[in-house]
Amino acid sequence: MTTATVTKEITKKNGSKETFKEKFVQVDRRDAKLALAHIVVAFIALFLGGFAGLLQVFVRSGQFKLPAGINYYQILTVHGVLLGLILTTYFILGFQTAAISRTSGALSNKQRTIGWAGFWIMTIGTAASATMVLLNEASVLYTFYAPLQAHWIFYLGLALVVVGSWTVALAQGLRYIQWRKENKGQTSPLLSFMVVVNNLMWFVCTLGVAAEVLFQLLPWSLGLVERVDVLLSRTLFWYFGHALVYFWLLPAYMIWYTVVPKVIGAKIFSDSLARLAFMLFLLFSIPVGVHHQLTEPGIDGFWKFLQVVLTFFVIVPSLLTAFSMFATFEIRGRELGGKGLFGWFKKLPWKDSRFLLPFIGMAAFIPGGAGGVVNASYQMNELIHNTIWVTGHFHLAIATTVVLTYFGAAYWLIPHLTGRVLTKKMNDLAVTSGIMWTIGMFIMSGAMHIAGLFGAPRRSEYSTYGGSEQAAEWIPYQIAQAVGGTVLFIAIILIIGIVINLIWFAPKGEEEFPLAELSQGAERTPAILENFKLWGVILVALILIAYTFPIFDIINNSPLGSTGYKFW
Amino acid sequence: MHIHKYEKWWLTFGAAMLIAFLVIVGVSAFHGGTHPNNSKWTINYEKVDEIAPFDNPGVHKVEGKDWDYEVVLVASAFSYNPMEIEVPVGSKVRFIATTKDVVHGFEVAGTNINFMLEPGYVSEKITTVDKAGEYVIVCNEYCGTGHAMMYSTLKVVDTDDNSNSH
Repeated sequence: MTTATVTKEITKKNGSKETFKEKFVQVDRRDAKLALAHIVVAFIALFLGGFAGLLQVFVRSGQFKLPAGINYYQILTVHGVLLGLILTTYFILGFQTAAISRTSGALSNKQRTIGWAGFWIMTIGTAASATMVLLNEASVLYTFYAPLQAHWIFYLGLALVVVGSWTVALAQGLRYIQWRKENKGQTSPLLSFMVVVNNLMWFVCTLGVAAEVLFQLLPWSLGLVERVDVLLSRTLFWYFGHALVYFWLLPAYMIWYTVVPKVIGAKIFSDSLARLAFMLFLLFSIPVGVHHQLTEPGIDGFWKFLQVVLTFFVIVPSLLTAFSMFATFEIRGRELGGKGLFGWFKKLPWKDSRFLLPFIGMAAFIPGGAGGVVNASYQMNELIHNTIWVTGHFHLAIATTVVLTYFGAAYWLIPHLTGRVLTKKMNDLAVTSGIMWTIGMFIMSGAMHIAGLFGAPRRSEYSTYGGSEQAAEWIPYQIAQAVGGTVLFIAIILIIGIVINLIWFAPKGEEEFPLAELSQGAERTPAILENFKLWGVILVALILIAYTFPIFDIINNSPLGSTGYKFW
Repeated sequence: MHIHKYEKWWLTFGAAMLIAFLVIVGVSAFHGGTHPNNSKWTINYEKVDEIAPFDNPGVHKVEGKDWDYEVVLVASAFSYNPMEIEVPVGSKVRFIATTKDVVHGFEVAGTNINFMLEPGYVSEKITTVDKAGEYVIVCNEYCGTGHAMMYSTLKVVDTDDNSNSH
């Protein structure tokens, strides 16, 4: 159960370690403000984006029409941009700022100023893009595929979001570098290391979308160039787009590896394996983007298949993680007296939202991950490509696994940052919101998966497709999606209520930032795992192998480029 | 770096499964020929109506090829030409399609005939239509306001004269 008292971390081993831990147990107040600013924006995005989602499932049920001639795809753009890009990026950068400050120490004034600069660059960009979406000048969805052409301010705004995110990540990276300099020869704090790996991956992958926006879409939407190479723009987008998914996922893994064990009273299973998993994610998250383009013309089958093989490699660190997590749970459950094969399972703290929500996230990643394997399986992709199965898939893998873990973390992180506590009442509400989310998502995502196998397309408003018998079979599932979506929206209202309580109304006090320690007698982590030069070289080599020839081929064989269209 | 015995088993099992999946998918594709649309045929998308075979969209019976029918289809916002396609059950069909404007999808619902149509490229799929019935063809890539109004119909029919089409 969550307690309202401060948990002092005392290690009996050596003195220097003890002072180090006590010194950084509380996130610096000034860093807390920076982290909290990001998290507040994330939850505003959750509310608005969630409401857009509610309108979508209503429209698609066939029982409801948007008032005042509002365009369905405008609402869909709001939903995708706010939840896929804004909620995630802001929460991640807020959480990571707190994580760096907690584990490497408070940011320097200069680092913090860089962090705030990044926050405002992102926020100006978000406001600019949002304005264009609301004016119906950018109903191009969050993937903004050319040759549909949005207003140039929409693209510029998104570019600012990316540049701003680099800036915040830079502040975090500088603090890590400072720690390494001050502690030469020592293994860095695990959570700081994970933050830096995630930021490095983010930087390398966003180069693709930055190139697409700066060199293709911006000059084209400004009228400086007439035509754009559509396939090249899509390939650059997906070079970024799949790693984007891992940018969302890795903070959830950080919480699983370093926070959840502490919540249940356990130690970190293996520091080395955790670092190895993150390095594998760094290597294999990027050279795999073409698996989103398996049914597209213009890319050779050999190169598509090569990236399918690399995609399967990225499953290995998830298998590693699954083992580590369940090993931690079992060891702890047995310590608490769990007997027999599964007796330990009952001993886990199911009523603690800080454990339950991330745990549901992990469980959802089993079907979520398996669905992902199907999607990436080359020709099998034909059966589900762009059907609503895919929407169902990422509402499990992202909108359940990732965001439930974020929520579970927000419920202790926000009071930690605001100097308040998560009361028992709020914890129980948090548990309720998590269970409602699970029920709502089971119904909605389940219906999406089934309708998708029957062929129902994603990203489409209500249609009977000329009275087609097949399309009529999809409609009951669309009604089920509306039911699930409604339950989810009620859960969102609860979540927003809890967040408001934790920011302004919860009792003053100190809430713990739970952080597990290594198990005693753990082996020293091999220094090679922290050799960024080595892993960086392998990463660049893999990207060059996976992308050089396909991009050369796309440019070499490119047809006449496309002029812009505004079909909304 | 210490790795627990059970973890080694688990990773060996996991990796073996992944390799098995890749072998199945790879052999089926590169030996059995079940590739998705990998066409590299390019076209001037602004002149699609003037360029063969798109100057004559529809279903064409062909002789002396590895397939029995060619279905030539042109997509544009927000319709397909032709609106209806009829082929005999059991025949081998080559679908050839392209777009005159933005990116569209071509999905015969509930089947694996599913590929993207991108301006400047011709997409292709060769398959045997082995199950009779009426299939709705939907655009599954967002293309604008009328996206969900964009459809066509594939009728796979039982006929008496399809015995020579194998």
